[in-house]
Amino acid sequence: MAVNVSFTGRTYPPTAPYAVGREKIREFAEAVGAHDVVHFDQVQARARGYRDVIATPTFAVLIAQKCDRQLIEDPEAGIDFSRVVHGEQRFVHHRPITAGDEIVGVLTVDSVKQAGGHAMVTTRSELSTIGGEPVCTATSTLVIRGGE
Amino acid sequence: MSDALLSLSDVEVGQALPPRTIHISRASLVQYTGASLDRNRIHWDERFARSVGLPDVIAHGMFTMGSAINIVCDWLGDAGRVVEYGTRFTKPVVVPYESGADVEVTGVVTAVDAQTRRATVELQAMCGADKVLGRAVAVVVLG
Repeated sequence: MAVNVSFTGRTYPPTAPYAVGREKIREFAEAVGAHDVVHFDQVQARARGYRDVIATPTFAVLIAQKCDRQLIEDPEAGIDFSRVVHGEQRFVHHRPITAGDEIVGVLTVDSVKQAGGHAMVTTRSELSTIGGEPVCTATSTLVIRGGE
Repeated sequence: MSDALLSLSDVEVGQALPPRTIHISRASLVQYTGASLDRNRIHWDERFARSVGLPDVIAHGMFTMGSAINIVCDWLGDAGRVVEYGTRFTKPVVVPYESGADVEVTGVVTAVDAQTRRATVELQAMCGADKVLGRAVAVVVLG
């Protein structure tokens, strides 16, 4: 089944708020082998001018993936998740994700391209606090492999 | 790592960052699976990975991306100053049960903007002869 090209430009409603917790920040930092104390120790994080411990540079994927899921699970999009490969990922941080943040994501489908039996879908998740402060723009390219 | 923030005067184009070898074991992938909630079986279930045509279990691209940036954070002295980071996932990192896999991460400063105090770092991540990240670029704000 082909991916629905008419989805280009589509925007989904904001996701439910994601509550950023200290322990999740620490757990994620540990899992990627990050050692900066700014992820682990709120006293040292505050000494550097942050409100609390901050997330590692790729933590935002936890929230961006929730955004992408809206598209992947949309039956009209025609995406077979078992054929999805992560092609590209990019984050632009407007400020670090910080423990205590409540973040919502708004997903936009930037492009859908069909090429050589594969489809490439580029999505953009604008992450902001529930108060409307922009936090991160996450862009993903998903490659949907064609059938054999 | 040092806690001192790297300043603009410490950085120049062409400068190499201290390299690092990331050892990836099955345990690393299970830990990342739990932390990231990306529970795709190709990252921890060998039988499943082979059934979908992979040579073995492969690392999450996001695990490699998330680990590679540590050389930038440690060099910079504050992970909160990485303002942009992007990459392509060019080749999977295959993680055999016995040996695991080693990814060699290196980085070079490719641009410095004195006005905005921003530096651009290009990262390279190699697993054997395979370049596993492509166009891996981070932008940082210097002190």
